[in-house]
Amino acid sequence: MQLLQTSLDAPFAIQMENLVKTYGSGPTAVHAIRGVNLSVRPGEVVGLLGPSGSGKTTLLQCLGAIIDPTSGRIILDGELIYDNGWLIKDLRALRRDKIGFVFQAPYLIPFISVLDNVALLPMLAGQSNSNARQRALELLTVLEVSHRAHAKPFELSGGEQQRVAIARALANKPPFILADEPTAPLDSDRSLIVMNLLARLAAQYNTAIIVITHDDVIIPRFKRLYRLRDGIATEEQGEGLPFPDQPA
Amino acid sequence: MINLAVKEIAYSWFRYVLTAFGLGLLIGVTLTMTGLVRGMMDDAISLIQGTHADLWVVQDDTMGPYAESSTLYDDLYRSIAGLPGVAEVSNVAYLTVQARYGGTDIRVLVAGFNHDRPGEPPYLVAGRPITKSHYEAIADTKTGLKVGDKIGIRRDEYTIVGLTNRMVSSGGDPVVFITMQDAQIVQFQKDNTSIYNDRNRLASNPQLNRPGIPGLLQAVTVSQLSNNKINAVLVRVSPGYDPSGVADNIRRWKHFKVYTYEQMTKILQEKVIVNALRQLGMFMGILAIVSTAIIALIIYTMTLGKIKEIAVLKLVGAKNSTIAGMILQEAWGLGLLGFIVGKVASTLWAPFFPKHIEFIFTDTIVAFLLTMLICTLSSIIGIRAALKVQPSSALGG
Ligand SMILES: Nc1ncnc2c1ncn2[C@@H]1O[C@H](COP(=O)(O)OP(=O)(O)OP(=O)(O)O)[C@@H](O)[C@H]1O
Ligand SMILES: [Mg+2]
Repeated sequence: MQLLQTSLDAPFAIQMENLVKTYGSGPTAVHAIRGVNLSVRPGEVVGLLGPSGSGKTTLLQCLGAIIDPTSGRIILDGELIYDNGWLIKDLRALRRDKIGFVFQAPYLIPFISVLDNVALLPMLAGQSNSNARQRALELLTVLEVSHRAHAKPFELSGGEQQRVAIARALANKPPFILADEPTAPLDSDRSLIVMNLLARLAAQYNTAIIVITHDDVIIPRFKRLYRLRDGIATEEQGEGLPFPDQPA
Repeated sequence: MINLAVKEIAYSWFRYVLTAFGLGLLIGVTLTMTGLVRGMMDDAISLIQGTHADLWVVQDDTMGPYAESSTLYDDLYRSIAGLPGVAEVSNVAYLTVQARYGGTDIRVLVAGFNHDRPGEPPYLVAGRPITKSHYEAIADTKTGLKVGDKIGIRRDEYTIVGLTNRMVSSGGDPVVFITMQDAQIVQFQKDNTSIYNDRNRLASNPQLNRPGIPGLLQAVTVSQLSNNKINAVLVRVSPGYDPSGVADNIRRWKHFKVYTYEQMTKILQEKVIVNALRQLGMFMGILAIVSTAIIALIIYTMTLGKIKEIAVLKLVGAKNSTIAGMILQEAWGLGLLGFIVGKVASTLWAPFFPKHIEFIFTDTIVAFLLTMLICTLSSIIGIRAALKVQPSSALGG
């Protein structure tokens, strides 16, 4: 009870307490997450590192309400949303309004334009087409892909597509963005650009961001990071190197 | 909200149109079947409609002259003509033959009629009515004959002088009208060998060939070889009289079967072509089931083809109704497009069918609604698959 009280008062965008995720049950059960505590402040970019199979993606999908945790507690934007069970019925609306996702691949909808891929989220949230598209165009401009707004996703380069995916993650101004190896398909220059962008956006929109990465170029940039090993997370102080100015 | 279905269709329009085209041909076949049924029902009564008769007098205990063979004497009409309410009477004869034309033969229904009486060919689309009492004929356009053509029926050759339209037998064979005199010859006259044989048989029968009565053999021979038979008597009822009342009257006085126009229609549509209709009905039923299965499969496959996008949509928070709506609208679009293709295709190929194909507006509407209903039902399995997919399945792979 004590723990919960302090959690709710704390100025965290996202917070998880003693989170457990077990895939399956019985002798074949996989204990992917074994009680993780983690918290991110608004505007903060936190790294999530760990060897393959350590449970990073699992953790992130639990946080993102994509899969169901087994037990524990999740507090999002000051609201207790998971307490050994979801306290919110409409998880899809939760994802749509509160959480932005960036994955290893852009996962854009191929049959609608780049602009509509971004505008789709505000539209799904009930905004008018023109408002949604205006918002999308703003974001595409910030991410410097507005010139391809009316192209179909397949006409864009991998880096451009990834930037569109980031724009989509920001479209509904979520307090929290989850990025699972967002720079994996990019070369190190491009990776830095994307990370730099995420850091800038976090500051600009006061968004909390968790980034899963294996990327040696990116890891030294985090001020704070969590290292997962066998489903247990340890918090670490990062080097916090500044991002280089975006190359031209 | 943008219409995801329209966007998806526009994006993969070629595959979509190709699918709709295939589906359309299937729908076209079904529509043609319906048209065939309607055409057969229409054909079945085209001849009796064309006679403009109110009553058919036929041999007792038969459903003649179209459903069964019926034979009457050709002087019966005189006694019917005198009954109250009878305006016109006329003898008719019907016979299906293989008429010779050019090097081949055509299956036709030969109809014998009397000039200016019930049973004469209706409206001519070309040529003139028959003016001579022998060897002139009026053919239906479906025979492919033209005015001036000559066709061989039995032993004689007839010249086509006029053409009718849509006069066919219940089986769909085109009608060739000839005079009653000719028809009696065609139907009842024997060939020379039979006459010769019959004469010999009669002559060798001691009961008929009696030395004491020299005229007997000749009388019997004449009677045997006469053509004074017909198939039915058509009656037109005077204005103000009820056809069924007149029919009752004929039945009472004469021992014949009498059918009204309605009864004749029933016989033709419900008895003569009933098996053909059942057969087509079976085909249509099977076709409908096959179409439903194919449509369901197409929509299911289409849905599986974009299951990843559906998972992404779920991931970013699209409602089930948005996703179901997309699938349903695509199914409807497929149905609509397919129906248009089917309608156009069936209209284009209908004239090439040997049987008359009749498209009725209400049938078209019913078929369209059925197509849409089938599409709606078929999309249910697609929608179920879409709603079952986990958002996490969008990731990886
Ligand atoms: N759907 C699942 N069902 C069963 N076990 C799973 C499932 N997803 C992941 N796991 C298991 O859970 C553990 C953690 O997997 P997870 O994908 O979270 O690792 P990760 O840290 O993201 O690895 P990587 O760096 O390779 O992406 C692994 O042992 C994995 O095999
Ligand atoms: Mg992973």
